[in-house]
Amino acid sequence: MTELAEHVAAVGRPLKRKEDARLLTGKTQWTDNIQLAGALHMAILRSPMGHAKITKLDVSGALKYPGVEAAYGADELGDLNGSVPCVWPVTDDMVAPDFPALAKGEVRHMGDCVALVLAGTAAQAADALEGIVVEYSALPAVIDMEEAIKDGSPLVHSDKGTNKCYTYKLQPQGDGAYEAAKAKADVVVKRRFVNQRLIPAFMEPRAVVASPMGTSGELTIWSATQVPHVLRVLLALVTGVSENKLRVVAPDVGGGFGGKLQCYREEILCVALANKLGRPIKWNETRSEDMMATHHGRDQLQDIEIAATKDGKLLGLKVDLIANMGAYLQIITPGIPLLGMFMYPAIYKMDAYDFSCIGVFTNTTPTDAYRGAGRPEATYAIERIMDELAHELGMEPMELRKKNWIKHEEFPYTTAAGLTYDSGNYEAATDKAMALFKYDELRAEQVKRRASGDKVQLGIGISTFTEMCGLAPSRTLGALKYVAGGWEHCTIRVLPTGKVELVTGTSPHGQGHETAWSQIASDTLGIPVDDIEVIHGDTRTSPYGMDTYGSRSLAVGGQAILRAGEKVVEKARLIAAHQLECSANDLEFDNGVFRVKGDPSKEKAIQAVAFEAFSAHDLPDGLEPTLQAESTVDPQDFSYPHGTHLCAMEVDTETGKSTIRSYVCVDDIGIQINPLIVEGQVHGGLAQGIAQALYEGAVYDSDGQLLTASFADYLVPSAPDLPSFVTDHTITPSTTNPLGTKGVGEAGAIASTPAVINAIVDALRPYGVNDVPMPALPMTVWRTLNAARQGGK
Amino acid sequence: MTKVSITVDGVLHESEVEPRTLLVHYLREQVGKVGTVVGCDTSSCGACTILLDGRSAKSCSVLAVQADGSSVTTIEGLAGDEWHPVQAAFKECHGLQCGYCTPGMVMSAVDLLSENPNPSEAEIREGLEGNLCRCTGYHNIVKSVALAAETMKGGK
Amino acid sequence: MIPSKFDYVRPNSVDEAVAALKAGGEDSKVITGGQSMLPLLRLRLAAPSVLVDCARIDEMKGIKDNGDSVTIGAASTHWDVLNNEIVKTHVKLLADATATVADPQVRHRGTFGGALAHGDPAGDLPAVVVALDATFEIAGAKGRRQVTAKDFFVDYFTTAVGPDEILVSVTIPKLGKGWGTCYEKFNRSANGWAIVGVAAAVKVEGGKITEARIGLTNCASVPVRASSVESALKGVSASATEIESASQSAADGTRATSDLGADKEYREHLMRVLTARAVSCAAGA
Repeated sequence: MTELAEHVAAVGRPLKRKEDARLLTGKTQWTDNIQLAGALHMAILRSPMGHAKITKLDVSGALKYPGVEAAYGADELGDLNGSVPCVWPVTDDMVAPDFPALAKGEVRHMGDCVALVLAGTAAQAADALEGIVVEYSALPAVIDMEEAIKDGSPLVHSDKGTNKCYTYKLQPQGDGAYEAAKAKADVVVKRRFVNQRLIPAFMEPRAVVASPMGTSGELTIWSATQVPHVLRVLLALVTGVSENKLRVVAPDVGGGFGGKLQCYREEILCVALANKLGRPIKWNETRSEDMMATHHGRDQLQDIEIAATKDGKLLGLKVDLIANMGAYLQIITPGIPLLGMFMYPAIYKMDAYDFSCIGVFTNTTPTDAYRGAGRPEATYAIERIMDELAHELGMEPMELRKKNWIKHEEFPYTTAAGLTYDSGNYEAATDKAMALFKYDELRAEQVKRRASGDKVQLGIGISTFTEMCGLAPSRTLGALKYVAGGWEHCTIRVLPTGKVELVTGTSPHGQGHETAWSQIASDTLGIPVDDIEVIHGDTRTSPYGMDTYGSRSLAVGGQAILRAGEKVVEKARLIAAHQLECSANDLEFDNGVFRVKGDPSKEKAIQAVAFEAFSAHDLPDGLEPTLQAESTVDPQDFSYPHGTHLCAMEVDTETGKSTIRSYVCVDDIGIQINPLIVEGQVHGGLAQGIAQALYEGAVYDSDGQLLTASFADYLVPSAPDLPSFVTDHTITPSTTNPLGTKGVGEAGAIASTPAVINAIVDALRPYGVNDVPMPALPMTVWRTLNAARQGGK
Repeated sequence: MTKVSITVDGVLHESEVEPRTLLVHYLREQVGKVGTVVGCDTSSCGACTILLDGRSAKSCSVLAVQADGSSVTTIEGLAGDEWHPVQAAFKECHGLQCGYCTPGMVMSAVDLLSENPNPSEAEIREGLEGNLCRCTGYHNIVKSVALAAETMKGGK
Repeated sequence: MIPSKFDYVRPNSVDEAVAALKAGGEDSKVITGGQSMLPLLRLRLAAPSVLVDCARIDEMKGIKDNGDSVTIGAASTHWDVLNNEIVKTHVKLLADATATVADPQVRHRGTFGGALAHGDPAGDLPAVVVALDATFEIAGAKGRRQVTAKDFFVDYFTTAVGPDEILVSVTIPKLGKGWGTCYEKFNRSANGWAIVGVAAAVKVEGGKITEARIGLTNCASVPVRASSVESALKGVSASATEIESASQSAADGTRATSDLGADKEYREHLMRVLTARAVSCAAGA
């Protein structure tokens, strides 16, 4: 046997990532790296129009181009033209239009797929698109959500007779409860917030290779996806290819942020065509395609009203959303606002909550999950209006929060939205954040700068956020009409040589699961981290899973790892007891070694047990050979990370330019498996949330032209646009899972946006500014300031 | 087709290319250097950054024919027997997550430090402005480059 | 995305290049660094039949000190320019503005002449050469001609360089003693184009401004001079308040447009604010 290294406790240590070796040396396996003999490259002709009838489509010209083997419009594609699925019909009467992979006679957003070419090289395919003849007759486009739901608006889907997708209501305290609470209020503040449309802009553009493999009729699909398991089910349903003939592989995947949580048109087309032609089909998108054809995020109009007593006690909250679905529904498009629905009451106690949402179709790219998915929108609205309420009441904004938040001794606490938060300590996180931030000193400087009329004003923004992670108990998802479950799977195999294979159903695309999952299993099994190999992202080798999104991988998948590991140890204990000739109860298990209580000279390492389980020469009667176990865990409940984020902003009142001076956050995500990875997740989330506040926004003109269709116009921040962050944490373990973890993937993105905007508004409050639209680009801030100054005169 | 002669990671390659072939496609598809990746089509993201005759360049914005006679270093040719200090520092400081921007980010950092061995935080940030990262918020990338600068001053 | 097909030639001299352009017909284009050209090719917004690569023509490279002026070869890279001692000493404004062009990778490849001949009003360098009254040497089938900065920029992406001509070099007069300069650039994000840029050169004698030259980036279809501010500054003391007041006419004579980055009103506002800042900085106020 190989020599075995000793196990050292791994959970909680900032171990360097296993993944980095290949990522730092260019030895990665991106989907676009896969070059198969005989592959055909797919290029797609996309609609340049926001809304139009296709009056003529002739793809035959493309066939005359060198290297072209086939060209298809919807007519030529026929039955192979599958429809993009939506798995979350949020209401029984939801309007769900057909979303064919290739448009049938009508295009409904810029980027809609019109026709495709298959050629020997990518360049040949791109050239041949120019041979396709297509004529459009423009139809009136509808971009504005409020226009879309007015009578007489142009219709995105004329056969549906309406642009309303659904209306959803939640009144946990009953109809009229909010009005009753409001009647008792001394102060009511109402605001309209626009949570603008964002583009995920993961760095690796989407790519798909679909290829017949071997002799069994199997079709292998490599895709830059977050959800290989979900994708396999959906591709089977959509294309009719038998599920057990489909193998979906997510190789190295370069970011997703929800944008690769999808069953995309291009994936359907590649699979259908590879299956029909018996040839590998490869497609990789250009960034320009990505900007208009990858789903977008956010895009909600938020009418929010909050009622309070004059001494600042919250009474009720009413939220009326209009949410942009875009032109079609994709995988969970309609459900995104519902993920936010539960979070508007946030960390605050109140008597009544009233929520409604209208989903609306427009001639824009479909929306769907983007980092936080509904929760950033909710957090933005509540944290913004808390500042506005504080201003109305003449209270310090943090004091208003303290007065209303759930105290740490009050957990578990059932909120007005009906969720039961298991744990939290808002006081501790806030105290720590305010000390790190030097809150009082900054407030003092702010007073001075206001008094001196400094051209550069200082503002302080607060966000005391919470969110829900670990989507979700399957029953809860069922009650919300979500089609799939919320469980996660893990198999752990201890091999004869003592090395471990950990098979997970989560599908990392940058999160570092290979490292963190090894840490969990290492402590459970007492086997060193480096002896554990994490297998993921391939439905042949990791057949069960629900993949990675919604900060679920640790909160749910971690439990499956723990449970599978425990099962392995239970089995190993039986074997060890048998061989050490004692009762299983007489064995202690510590650091990977079973020892007989009271006779520590009698011991057996778990790796040695694994060999015994393999040779199977001397196992207890009835016990099966091999040392492995699997576990599928359905979570008991959501988990609720929280934190306090503080932003100090300098606003140049001459140019409107906002510059972050300092950003401090203290997050409580429960038990941390790898603090290095945790910190990285927080940083990245902060950057995306700050980007929403300051830089990014997808803009359409009234004809449906996406004006921000490249990185030259859609402002993903680069290094000089962002500050270094001060991050810290408190640890209040979750009580609803045995690891005590909560989830961290989205925290930064959820929390930071309102902190930043609150800071800008705070800086400009003396001028009469009480809101700034996002993104708060300099011109927007300058205009807002001008309007407030004129309004004040 | 045009004949080009380009040294890639120390190995001379003589190839026929279409004049329109981008250097990055030449590297990936003809030389097999798939460590260098494409992230955009507007010369914005820098994921494709390589060293061209010792200076950073975006290989998506250079034609292979323009690089005729030149020497290219990609992420795959950066390490010798040991990793380059920049690679080591990125691992040490967790300066990468998904890793897609990483080859370009590392090559830009190598170039930055060759021009300015002792950069301030602001100079690091400005020196990396041609590279987008969506995962890290740049915080740990900046730390990585600062650490690499320290290492390179100390040891090499 | 992949460019459309084209032919490629790499001449060794300006004469050969001119001949190649002529032979290639009207769809032939000059390329040097290609940093503006490549994105256009990739998005298929440009589809030349022939690219004439002038990057390796010796005559178009190098930076020369002529005593009272500096001549910069059009194929000099931004990197060459901003690290050149002659430029840093005698045309500091150009070095400072060049340091703000795009990003390091683009500066390594992109060329000074290419950026000017591209004629993008949002480019940083046109305002500088306009402020400094540079002279452009253009070669064509009929020989060489000299064009002043004022006449070089014709319209959006259109310069005095004809389809069969090549920009060979640019000569910039030195400013001499008593001059200070500053390039003030304002953009929405660090790697974005200038919303407005102000290139200012100011001569201060005895605490008073005696002469000012101000070029504006992205304020019209071509780079323009803020002439009325230049006049208004003459004789005022080099103090922030007086400069601010003189800068109020910065938008006079400009033809700012509205786009995604900024509307006309905001652009004009920025012209005033940034002109004051650039002049103050140049004047050491």
